[in-house]
Amino acid sequence: MTDPSRDVSPVDTIVARGLTKSFGAVRAVRELDLTLQRGTSVALLGPNGAGKTTTIDMLIGLTKPDAGTVSLFGRSPNEAVKAGLIGAMTQTGQLIDYLSVRELVTMMAAIYPAPLAVDEALSISGADAFADRQTRKLSGGETQRVRFAIALVANAELLVLDEPTAALDVEGRRDFWNAMRAFAARGKTVVFATHYLEEADAYADRIVLISHGRIAADGAPTEIKATVGGRIIRATLPDVESSNLQALRGVTAVDRKGDAITLNSNDSDATLRDLLNTFASVRDIEVRGAGLEEAFLELTLDSDGADS
Amino acid sequence: MTELTYLRYEVLRTWRNRRFLVFSLVFPLVLFLAIAGPHKHLTIEHISFPLYWMTGMIAWGTMVAVISSGARIAAERAAGWTRQLRITPLPTWSYFSAKIFCGYMMAIMSMAVLFAAGTFVGVRLDAVQWIVMIALLLVGLIPFAVMGIMFGHLLKVDSLGPAIGGVTSLFALLGGSYGPLITGGFFLSIVKFIPSYWLVQASKTALQGGGWPLEAWIVIAAWTVVLSVVAVRVYERDTKRV
Repeated sequence: MTDPSRDVSPVDTIVARGLTKSFGAVRAVRELDLTLQRGTSVALLGPNGAGKTTTIDMLIGLTKPDAGTVSLFGRSPNEAVKAGLIGAMTQTGQLIDYLSVRELVTMMAAIYPAPLAVDEALSISGADAFADRQTRKLSGGETQRVRFAIALVANAELLVLDEPTAALDVEGRRDFWNAMRAFAARGKTVVFATHYLEEADAYADRIVLISHGRIAADGAPTEIKATVGGRIIRATLPDVESSNLQALRGVTAVDRKGDAITLNSNDSDATLRDLLNTFASVRDIEVRGAGLEEAFLELTLDSDGADS
Repeated sequence: MTELTYLRYEVLRTWRNRRFLVFSLVFPLVLFLAIAGPHKHLTIEHISFPLYWMTGMIAWGTMVAVISSGARIAAERAAGWTRQLRITPLPTWSYFSAKIFCGYMMAIMSMAVLFAAGTFVGVRLDAVQWIVMIALLLVGLIPFAVMGIMFGHLLKVDSLGPAIGGVTSLFALLGGSYGPLITGGFFLSIVKFIPSYWLVQASKTALQGGGWPLEAWIVIAAWTVVLSVVAVRVYERDTKRV
């Protein structure tokens, strides 16, 4: 790293302040503040339309915020992009034609000041298996791997991935995240957007939950779960009114599908006692901790409430 | 160095695009041989019929080459590729200049093929005349190269084929590629405002010695400036919309 333009000190972080963006009447992102430490893997988690893509586009300079600032390694997004500090994979996109996979990745590597070896990028991304095939003869999953290889070959300090596994099957996803981890292990900062909760849980050091253009929660995956701290109780119980279930102690939400009931509870001990005492016919009881999915729903609902 | 590698692959992509080769090389060549071949002893506009037609077909084929090359940006926009490039250190200007370079590469190949065919049919020019003609053609193509970049940001992929076909045919027809449309009077002075007219005149100008008259340079420069302004506008509109 003799090139001074790529010299980034360890204290440098990604700092966004007051990011705001509207598209017509739709307020996509509202006064979002975000500070990311170097060397961490951070998931931006949220449902479709939460503002994840708009946030990412503003972070990397593809979209100009209506208000607020972004600083990447102490520079503007465009300066950071020009210095080759950002490798990015946008949500959608096809590849250009009349090139093999290897040729395309070589072409893109040539643009960056300190790229990875092309073979290395191909092998980390798993695109090496079809490196000599033409770009227009690839499946959706293969195209996605090549786009990942292009983001990797930049050898950038910050890797930004917007829903990178959307086109992949289960096995492809696992391979992808292992590859991402291998890259992050080199001390790179990785930011990825996803609406797969298990991905954020398994592969991020930190989860930033985005809902309606705002940050609804921010912390380690375990903290996100602890914030909610609820339990899920499932059981079989025929012929019961939802309102009777809602009346049990600790119950925060009730769902009924035929005879199967699902209760969310913030005091599972009390809820179970009430359940067994009130309904003699209840059976097949199952209690488990609320996963990220439930935490997610709860937090999202909370912020909805605060909205209106 | 890095940009040379990038350029090398752009050239490779252009070369592998067979449709591109057919429209800018094969069509003008076939038309030239079919029409100039049987009339090789005639004269037209005070020069030999094959020489006139050779230059006419070069004007048409090279226009197709440089416009098509820039217009391919439309397909790359539709694929989301230009957006991908905006998050790389590649300067926009390098992206455009690679497209222009590839268009000129195809144009020069189109010229070479038609020069060979012309010589085969009996076109004879001395070295200086060849050089002057080539130089005038290369300069006269500048506004059309810019027009290609403009189309690349203005058109949708579906309309590219008809738009390029229509525009190049119109410019070729008005410029006199398929024979002089107008040989005198008021309408000739109108036609002289069209840059393709001066492309078609390149051989006659070279044969008579010297270069274009001042008005030709002004016409080429004016079209280049106006089209560049429009191209920058549509480019900016396109990047803001994303």
